[in-house]
Amino acid sequence: MIHIDINKQLHGSNGTMNLDVRVDIEQGEFVALSGQSGSGKTTLLRVLAGLEEAQGSIKVDGNVWLDKKESLAVQKREIGFVFQEYALFANMSVEENLLFVNKDKTLAKKLLEMTELDELKHRGIKSLSGGQKQRVSLCRAFMSRPKLLLMDEPLSALDPSMRSKLQDEILALHREFGTTTIMVSHDPSEMYKLSTRTIVLSQGKIIQDATPKEVLLKTSGSSKFSFDGELLEIVKIDVIYVAIISIGQQLVEVVVSEEEAKGLAVGAKVSVSTKAFSPNIR
Amino acid sequence: MIETLLGLDFEPFLISFKLAGLTTLILFILSIPFAWYLSQTTSKSKPFLEALTALPIVLPPSVLGFYILVALSQNSPLGAFFEDVFGIKLVFNFTSLVIASCFYSLPFMVQPLQAGFESLDKRMLEASYIAGKSKLQTILRVALPNMKPAVISAIIITFAHTVGEFGVVLMVGGSIPGETKVASVAIYEMVEIMDYSSAHIYSAIMVLISFLVLLSVYIFNGRVNKSFGV
Repeated sequence: MIHIDINKQLHGSNGTMNLDVRVDIEQGEFVALSGQSGSGKTTLLRVLAGLEEAQGSIKVDGNVWLDKKESLAVQKREIGFVFQEYALFANMSVEENLLFVNKDKTLAKKLLEMTELDELKHRGIKSLSGGQKQRVSLCRAFMSRPKLLLMDEPLSALDPSMRSKLQDEILALHREFGTTTIMVSHDPSEMYKLSTRTIVLSQGKIIQDATPKEVLLKTSGSSKFSFDGELLEIVKIDVIYVAIISIGQQLVEVVVSEEEAKGLAVGAKVSVSTKAFSPNIR
Repeated sequence: MIETLLGLDFEPFLISFKLAGLTTLILFILSIPFAWYLSQTTSKSKPFLEALTALPIVLPPSVLGFYILVALSQNSPLGAFFEDVFGIKLVFNFTSLVIASCFYSLPFMVQPLQAGFESLDKRMLEASYIAGKSKLQTILRVALPNMKPAVISAIIITFAHTVGEFGVVLMVGGSIPGETKVASVAIYEMVEIMDYSSAHIYSAIMVLISFLVLLSVYIFNGRVNKSFGV
């Protein structure tokens, strides 16, 4: 059980903000941490890791990591951390990066096999691709058998197919080691696939804390489909109005009435939904 | 010509290199923690420390030499202490040359090391702390191996700069043959007694060695940069 109750003044690009987070996380949970940039996600991870100071308390399995009197050094916190930019030791080979944390060769071999890196273990870091580097970084984080695994947008620099593969590996490792994991992510499908709990931060405060289904699925009431998008243009064709809306990577046309068209401004965030609809999925 | 060459006393070169080697070693050990502190601190004292470190670049060597002489002489508390307790004189001997050179060459060791530490990926250092490693282990096993060009530059430039010093050495050490008479001082004396042929040979050797040292630094840095993909 991880008990977090912290408070920290942040001086960001949007002025001063108070990071104020109170949350309890059960052993073995996989928490996805989401929110707009500047909402305090990375700072929260860094405070948990002991890389930044904060007021308040952090307790992990009854051990005090932070309270009024003391702050446990980062070296003693038994955490794993995966950075977005890999942060591997460039002077060491793949295997040496792992053994630097802990000399347990059996564990290193097991991790490298699980992530299909075994054949690359003597390679230098500079010769690896982005996906391979992040797998090394993931393995390195597990070398200390961490109580708490922290990941700061670990997959956002990778292409979609590599991302999907690494998501499977992250999940496999999380289950194998029974770790408690907190991962910052912006990708809804990733959060849905991996997390058992999704927390949304805004302006340093938790605004949502529920299952990924409750947080991420946008449908409400009797609507079957719901997509968030941006209104790009409204075109009048004869007697009807057509709204061009960007949803994800796709552009769609939606017919709107004259009253609706008048109530919409180009650039607005809109939600497109439909009811009683039986789509065919092929 | 050959007779002049054979008749030359090469001891001043040996003293120059012994002095430069010792100075470089001492400065390397002392500068690593200092340069690390400068690279990591956000303290308000940082610009003051940086300015103090850079002073020997700007000051005339005679000023530096004068203050060191005053500080180490028998009349100063420090000089008197060493004389009374250890029976060692701190001026006009080889020890005083090493002390003076350490001040004189300090910026040439600290500045490249500080720049090297500052150029490292902060996350990589944090990853080492997270792996449970102390600051010292992180410096020795992660930081220094990932900034080899800076380390090599610092060592070689400090060495070369110490070989090339003249003013400070003359003021603090004088010109005692076999003790404090370094190559640059020897050349100065040869010119004074108008022994131009010896001065030519000494000077040519200095030019050649200095050029080879600098050339090796640039070749090495070029290679390392290539392997780093820069």
